[in-house]
Amino acid sequence: MNKHMQTTSMERSVVGKGIAHDSAKKHVAGQAIYIDDMAELPGTLHAALVVSTIAHGIIKSIDATEALAMQGVHLFLTAKDIPGHNDIAPIMSGEPLFTDDKVEHLGQPIGVIAADSIELAIKAAHAVVIDYEELEPVLDVEIAHQRKEYVLPAQELIQGDVEAALKDAAHVFEGRLEIGGQDHFYLETQIAYTIPGEDNDMLVYSSTQHPTEVQHHVAHVLGTLANSVDVKVRRMGGGFGGKESQATIIASAAALISLKTGKPAKLRLKRAVDMTATGKRHDMVSKWRVGVTAEGKILGMDVEYLARAGYSADLTGPVITRAITHTDNAYFVPNARIVGHACKTNTASNTAFRGFGGPQGVITSETIIDQIARELSLNPNDVRAINYYAPDNGELTPYDQQVEQNQLVPVTQTLLASAEWDRRRAEIDAHNAKNPIIRKGLAMMPVKFGISFNLPSLNQAGALVHVYQDGSVHLNHGGTEMGQGLFMKVAQVVAEVFQIDVDRVKITETQTGKVPNTSATAASTGSDLNGMAAFNAASAIKSRMLKVATEHFKADEGSILFKDNEVHAEGQSLTFAELARLSWAQRVSLSEAGHYATPKIHWDAQKLKGRPFFYFTYGAAVAEVAIDTITGESRCLRADILQDCGASLNPAIDLGQIEGAFVQGMGWLTCEELWWDKKGKLRTIGPSTYKIPGSRDVPPEFNVSLLNNASNIEETVFRSKAVGEPPLMLAISVYLAIKDAIGSNKEGSFDLKTPATPENILSSVN
Amino acid sequence: MAQAISFTLNGKPVRVSVRPDTTVLDLLRGPLNTTGTKEGCAEGDCGACTVLLKRKGINGGIANAANACIMTAAQIDGAEITTVEGLAHEGVLNLLQEAMAENGASQCGFCTPGIAVALTGLLARNSAPSEEQIHDALAGNLCRCTGYRPIVEAAQKAAGKIHLLAAAEMQNTVSNEEISFDGSIAKRPTSLAELLEARRELPNATLLAGGTDLGVARAAYEKDWSSIIVTNNVKELRSTKEDAAGWTFGAAVTWQEILENVGQALPSFGTLIRRFGSTQIRSMGTMGGNIGTASPIGDGPPALIALGAQITFAAVDGTQTTMPLEDFFLDYRKTELPQNGVIVSIHIPKPKSDEHFRVYKVSKRYDQDISTVCGAFWVKMSGDTVEDVRLAFGGMAAIPKRAKHAEDALRGKAMTADNVEKAGKLLGEDLTPLSDWRGSANYREKVASGLIKRFMHDLNGEAVEVMAL
Repeated sequence: MNKHMQTTSMERSVVGKGIAHDSAKKHVAGQAIYIDDMAELPGTLHAALVVSTIAHGIIKSIDATEALAMQGVHLFLTAKDIPGHNDIAPIMSGEPLFTDDKVEHLGQPIGVIAADSIELAIKAAHAVVIDYEELEPVLDVEIAHQRKEYVLPAQELIQGDVEAALKDAAHVFEGRLEIGGQDHFYLETQIAYTIPGEDNDMLVYSSTQHPTEVQHHVAHVLGTLANSVDVKVRRMGGGFGGKESQATIIASAAALISLKTGKPAKLRLKRAVDMTATGKRHDMVSKWRVGVTAEGKILGMDVEYLARAGYSADLTGPVITRAITHTDNAYFVPNARIVGHACKTNTASNTAFRGFGGPQGVITSETIIDQIARELSLNPNDVRAINYYAPDNGELTPYDQQVEQNQLVPVTQTLLASAEWDRRRAEIDAHNAKNPIIRKGLAMMPVKFGISFNLPSLNQAGALVHVYQDGSVHLNHGGTEMGQGLFMKVAQVVAEVFQIDVDRVKITETQTGKVPNTSATAASTGSDLNGMAAFNAASAIKSRMLKVATEHFKADEGSILFKDNEVHAEGQSLTFAELARLSWAQRVSLSEAGHYATPKIHWDAQKLKGRPFFYFTYGAAVAEVAIDTITGESRCLRADILQDCGASLNPAIDLGQIEGAFVQGMGWLTCEELWWDKKGKLRTIGPSTYKIPGSRDVPPEFNVSLLNNASNIEETVFRSKAVGEPPLMLAISVYLAIKDAIGSNKEGSFDLKTPATPENILSSVN
Repeated sequence: MAQAISFTLNGKPVRVSVRPDTTVLDLLRGPLNTTGTKEGCAEGDCGACTVLLKRKGINGGIANAANACIMTAAQIDGAEITTVEGLAHEGVLNLLQEAMAENGASQCGFCTPGIAVALTGLLARNSAPSEEQIHDALAGNLCRCTGYRPIVEAAQKAAGKIHLLAAAEMQNTVSNEEISFDGSIAKRPTSLAELLEARRELPNATLLAGGTDLGVARAAYEKDWSSIIVTNNVKELRSTKEDAAGWTFGAAVTWQEILENVGQALPSFGTLIRRFGSTQIRSMGTMGGNIGTASPIGDGPPALIALGAQITFAAVDGTQTTMPLEDFFLDYRKTELPQNGVIVSIHIPKPKSDEHFRVYKVSKRYDQDISTVCGAFWVKMSGDTVEDVRLAFGGMAAIPKRAKHAEDALRGKAMTADNVEKAGKLLGEDLTPLSDWRGSANYREKVASGLIKRFMHDLNGEAVEVMAL
């Protein structure tokens, strides 16, 4: 096995333990407090958004007379009521909180109602009469592309000479893949509760992954400074990327009501409004030409993405960057041209979603591999193997980053063996020979995923650690808890530094007033960044305490050992609490603000070259499915996963992330379908029409393992690796297994658009 | 006339003045300040609002999971409700909760209270559930984080050990007293005569059986009801009779009760009913409501039509009419039910040994989804010859409908691939499906004819569904 794995095998006392989620007992007892569960202050107003009912048009008039005449309805605010800037664009500009002239998607916020109850606010919102001049909506990315309607300029990555490579290739294949979008379907819909203070200060409870962005946008909209806005997040009922930029709409609208009325205001979206008004995973069309040798080795590929940006940029730029930088997936592509277009459509502005463009890149890559294997009648796993990054090809990505700590061969070989590939392949082929109606399929695929925000400046974090005189610890950092177990992981890091029990570390809500200028908890970087910032803070305090200890024990620093809530030196000991009290008595600071900036990374955003990622994670999956060739129904019968988490901070939490991401990825690729009607109205706006996986959809045999004895070649926090997003892409194995089943009696390659619903499967079968 | 709702919440009596059309979820989270029960969708689909509901004489009088979001206060007067706050005994988590917490069964935790309640409900009535039964119990609960495996495992670990807190003094009563508060009236008749009188008295009132369909609009605040008539205590509508000829179910019999009655004798129908919404929906939803709402995509009607069911309804003057169910549906959401009439009962004949019945549902998700196509088939064989046949479909026309041209192509012939193919080609003579988010017209046509093929293979004893693997 890889030699790097030997470097950090030292025994840990807290880190590396499978400790349960910090709120697990509160969750099961119904005692975990989400924003809508907080006791409401007297006078709290309830809000509802007034949203566009057409996809494209000009607002001619807005009449709220009837709404405002309803008893208990307090006010209706629109763009003209915004004292600051009517712009909540996360990167670019020109994305209004409330539109006042043109309407660019159905569900676009136009204003907000405040009333005594949410029921009344919603009824009043429906009573606001808006007169439009309707324009034809653009709903299709191909049409937007033809008309050159984009929200951003194209991004293009060039490596080598792709045209020459295609000319020299033994075979050139062309393809096109329609990749569906995905709604986040966090169980807790978007919500904010705002409480006005003195001097136009605003306390904002927001269900957001990005408190700093909420803080800045609220200040921007209210016309105050960031220091007037304090944003708090204890927990979210799920995020998945949907509460990164989108949460600013909700928080800003609520804060505007509080500013205008001096009263607390709560805006909670009903599910249908949430799904209509907020952005989703980008659906994309990818198109390619790939040149290969007679053996199926890739010589060059020319890939183009048409991404549905929606009406504005939001985070589409970096999403496309990540799709482009994951089009190689696990494969060496010596010559490449990869282009991404941010197509402007009259639909909600698409946004971050777990994987952030990576899934669209990886499924394109894997579909290309699948096509090569089918066209050349080769074993797809052999085609994969000859194309893996490997020492003999130089392991350079098309964006010029060197692939390091390459685990592709050990991960895939270990998995193929544990999943009993050869035996099952033969059994499935035998089944298909006898069963023309219910056919089975099997597929394996690897995922290499780059960890870090593509934009280097985002790769920083802060943490605040206090040790009190009783030895208890207060922990705060910029990361947010959306269920992924970040708070526990970071608490484990701090407990490990001090060698105290993890329950002595108090986990506290994320708050912009405590730790400022944070990045979104996104890009799988939560524990890498915040864990390291907390590590730095705790380590600084510990080194000061160590100095106190050396004086107290009259011992060398090297002989002092922090262990089991105590501090030992040459036969003497103090409890951790006694040392804390002693440190205080000697007027030593027991508080520290830690900071961390990811090293080594750099990025040329124009050329799409550099080292965007601190390191890579590696994983692989084998999936087995059955399909019904009469109806197109499918079922995943078994999945086997092996994921590299480095030296896992918490294997129980990482296992949950892997399983959950895989099932969410299965949903993206099988049952979750976004369906707009011809007028641009999304018709799948609740769980009755938009189907996320249920418990019976999980493969009945589901074997998930973390790579044994793994580490990280880079100096991450205790040599762990990120886990949030990469396993989502392992569900592409299910898609490939469905293709394998469909292709069991087909010659050559064929298309299967995603999601592979029964209808889409049947259309590929026939 | 009462101005308050009375019920038992987590073992304690509660009396609260609210509009009777207030949703139970809003009642729990608002005036009663029990915020453990969550709103995830307000359409009875995600299960975050799951509570246990125990009603005298309904669903065997035991606690069943139900969706608080689409249930109105009027429906729980006199009942017992258990929420997540009532699962722990004196601050000690129950063993299912412990197993969930230890097993990583929660991540964001928002769906978790509903799941803990649904699984506690399962374990309280079935101490050794199979994995399939656990999935059945979870069919109405969505989790977006975990991938469910640790949840299912927690239920297995806790099996055999769960007891529900019994109410100290069980209220659990049935009253016909009218409830009125803040401009909303709920009548709660206990006999057919009272029900018809209420219909005469409040001709514009909403007739509410389970509320699993109508409650969705209420929960979205798109509607409120100044007057409702709750049917679930009407004794004639609650009766179940079984004899050699068949079953007769009152219109207010729940799908859970129907499943328990017919599940063994008609396993294919039983499977459909298990997929008919979730435990939460089946414990509230009724056969009469499913027929009365006259949705073209309801799953009950095609199955019942294929089985040859008869419907009995009463006009507001009490006159009763019985007719084949297939004749009851006239056009999109239009039926033979006279104005302010009520459905009284449905009779399902038992298939004889030479008669075979199967129903197949095709949807994007196996559990708790609305059919893209539902095909229900009944055939009477005479040797190898089809003596008589009924091919009924949902999702294929404005009403649940038989494909009579296709039936004619099979009647008197052998059930061969050739004849089935020919029958499938004639479906267009009777069926005119639409394209929507559940499937295109073209797909629906292909599936509908494909399901007749599946029927043929199924009758030959072949495995015909991916879920059978």
